[in-house]
Amino acid sequence: MNNISLRNKKEKRFQLYGKTAVLVAISFLGILLFNIFSTGISAFKQTYVAVNLNIPLDVNKSEINPRAELNKSFLKMFPEIQSRTERRAALSLLSKGAKYEFEELLDENEGKSIEGYHWFLASADLDMYIKGTVKRQGDTAGRIDENQMKFVDQLESKNLIELQSNKYLLSSADSREPEMAGIKGAIIGSLYSILIAFLVSFPIAVMAAVYLEKIATKNKFSDLIETNINNLAAVPSIVFGLLGLAIFLNFFELPRSAPLVGGLTLALMTLPTIVIASRAAIKSVPPSIEEAAIGMGASKVQTIFGFTLPLAMPGILTGTIIGIAQAIGETAPLLMIGMVAFVVDVPGGPMDASTALPVQIYLWADSPERAFTERTSAAIMVLLAFLILLNLTAIYLRKKLEKKW
Amino acid sequence: MTEFLLILIIALAVYGFVLNKSKANALSEVNIMHSQPHYHGLYSAFMTLVPAIILLISWSFIVNMITNITLREFFSDVTDSGLVRFYTDGVIAYVEGTSDRIIDHIGFLPAVEHYQSLQYNNKILQFIVVLTLTLMFFRYSLKFVEVQFKARDYIEKVVVYVMRASAVFAIFVTIGIVLSLLFETLRFFDSVNVFDFLFGLHWSPQMAIRADQVGSSGSFGAVPVFTGTLLIAFIAMSVAAPVGMFSAIYLSQYASDRVRSYAKPIIEILAGIPTVVYGFFAVITVAPFFRDMGAFLSFTNMSSESALIAGSVLGIMIIPFVASLTDDALTAVPRSLKEGSLAMGATLSETTKQVIIPASFHGIVGSFLLAFSRAIGETMIVVMAAGFAANLTFNPFDSVSTVTVQIVGLLTGDQEFDSPKTLSAFALAFVLFFITLILNVISLTIVKKYREEYE
Repeated sequence: MNNISLRNKKEKRFQLYGKTAVLVAISFLGILLFNIFSTGISAFKQTYVAVNLNIPLDVNKSEINPRAELNKSFLKMFPEIQSRTERRAALSLLSKGAKYEFEELLDENEGKSIEGYHWFLASADLDMYIKGTVKRQGDTAGRIDENQMKFVDQLESKNLIELQSNKYLLSSADSREPEMAGIKGAIIGSLYSILIAFLVSFPIAVMAAVYLEKIATKNKFSDLIETNINNLAAVPSIVFGLLGLAIFLNFFELPRSAPLVGGLTLALMTLPTIVIASRAAIKSVPPSIEEAAIGMGASKVQTIFGFTLPLAMPGILTGTIIGIAQAIGETAPLLMIGMVAFVVDVPGGPMDASTALPVQIYLWADSPERAFTERTSAAIMVLLAFLILLNLTAIYLRKKLEKKW
Repeated sequence: MTEFLLILIIALAVYGFVLNKSKANALSEVNIMHSQPHYHGLYSAFMTLVPAIILLISWSFIVNMITNITLREFFSDVTDSGLVRFYTDGVIAYVEGTSDRIIDHIGFLPAVEHYQSLQYNNKILQFIVVLTLTLMFFRYSLKFVEVQFKARDYIEKVVVYVMRASAVFAIFVTIGIVLSLLFETLRFFDSVNVFDFLFGLHWSPQMAIRADQVGSSGSFGAVPVFTGTLLIAFIAMSVAAPVGMFSAIYLSQYASDRVRSYAKPIIEILAGIPTVVYGFFAVITVAPFFRDMGAFLSFTNMSSESALIAGSVLGIMIIPFVASLTDDALTAVPRSLKEGSLAMGATLSETTKQVIIPASFHGIVGSFLLAFSRAIGETMIVVMAAGFAANLTFNPFDSVSTVTVQIVGLLTGDQEFDSPKTLSAFALAFVLFFITLILNVISLTIVKKYREEYE
């Protein structure tokens, strides 16, 4: 056997292919996560500009025009400003949302004088420059031109620009202004949808699983249901979106863009996943326990509700959580039922127009505004955090409650 | 009013439960009963609740239909059914107070009046009818607390019916999918020939908005869309198949238990990441990467929405599907085959290539088919990374479009109801559903058959 070294070489090479493949797959995951985190982490900070305010005690605060007063105070910090262009350039460094912050400040200090430096939200362009998302080239950086850069340099030299934690990201809904846009509306919309999806699909799926495992006699009909459920699990999610569109919107005439419809559509989608997981869990309950119950005189239904289901519950819940985690990240069916509207309000109930977190990600990723990129990544981080939390719960449940028979 | 009615019914049910249970309790002290007291209680609660709820649901359903039909009468001069829907929704929103917009149409105010009176009469009638019926059932249910009464049997029968209905529900979902797609697809084929759709080479669904516009009558030859889908799916498979299969081989044959227990879940995380995240990744990372690569290799004709970008990211996403299903297939091969081969002096790689893979070939093919059907049906990655213009090309550097991209493009944004443009999305979805269904059935059958071979 003179070719034994050749064969050994081949063996080594084959093993190397395998190792490479595993490493490639893992590094894809690493690159993906690293990318999202490195672009997204900066969105949790936000640039603020300090404005020197001087509002004496005797001014009636309700008579103040907040925007004009704020602009006046801000411009006072640059006494050299002459032309209109310069004024506009300076004012464009503040966000449109600064006005609301100023209003709040006025409300808080009713009956008091306001003096000294206060921090106000900066515009998205300044924000990107401060964070280094756009690089400085001479006297411009991205959309900040020479006129504006003059003021930016002045403010920076006086330490009047600062990165603070981003209050808007988690506490407001979508906005046209990137610096004020948040994902609270999307999160609430997602939660409503998921809650409805859970409430609808869980009982139906568990009942169906019990029926298929414990009650149905094996015949053509139960086979049909079984293959049907297995196939439903592999139907592309967008088809469920079209089903939701045709049934819930066009036939039942439910409102477009509502989390109720989104939840019902997602419920149909997660149903097969939960059924399959529940059946596996029910199957793993040892028959001896059920036989003992039957032997003691319990009826079939009593055995199921008294023994089989409680014992199978950890497995059922694990499967349900995995199904729900899938549904949280699902975007395509929600696009079909109109949950892609631009919604600036946090939805108050499941019938209000709303988006969902993954849809918000899609909308922001699609936006030409570059400042949305980091916010998209931040929204993805929040979504992934939800998913990790859910999966950890599932793992915990499985470890903690599952019994080995 | 409806809420009040619901609370009343639930209160009645609870009352019936308490009443019957205590009565049965008293009886059970001196007799041996067929059913335990709480079954008697439940019997009354079920008898009160179930008919009432069935009645309420079907009632509101019927009234909803009547409302819509009668409201449409007021706008019978409007031909666009989407516009009629908008008007009737406006009337309902106006009456319910969610909107104070008065629509500029002669039928609006009469419609509002009609709807108001309909609502008023409906509520009173509903209250009286439902409550009377519920009370009758409630009274009726109280009569049966007797020693020999088989309350438990009745309850269990209902429970089993509910279970059976839940299982059958899954079939209704499938029927719903097929019918809703088929219905709209047939309407689409009223205006577009089936063969033009399936074999036409030009896809541009944009229709003329005004009748006098020239040149944009829309053409619905779906071949470019199908080839685009196949091209992207093949690119995805050429990423996922080698990586997934070799990882599965390594993890099932070579890796120690420790490595396996870490590497397998990590690879499976790839399947748990929402597809919209992959789409974003494709746009901000992979697309610039390929562009730079293209510039480096002096490829100038590479599209920024090329099939290669969408396909390779899609490929990353389906790696775990290939890997875990192939892994299942490889580990299902009986140990004796593997050990026999090793004992004959074959190396592990020779054993894998010449014994294990041939023995698990069906399973591997099944896993590829399943992954392929995933790739065809995947939406978000291609929507974000591939283009909307459907070019008939097999060049991976060109921009192509897929079935799912077209569906999303045609059904989001401003819709024209009943136009062939909107309906064509349903026809595409029908084809998609049909093809993925066939792929799934084939692969599930293959996998099942193969599994039985070794059991």
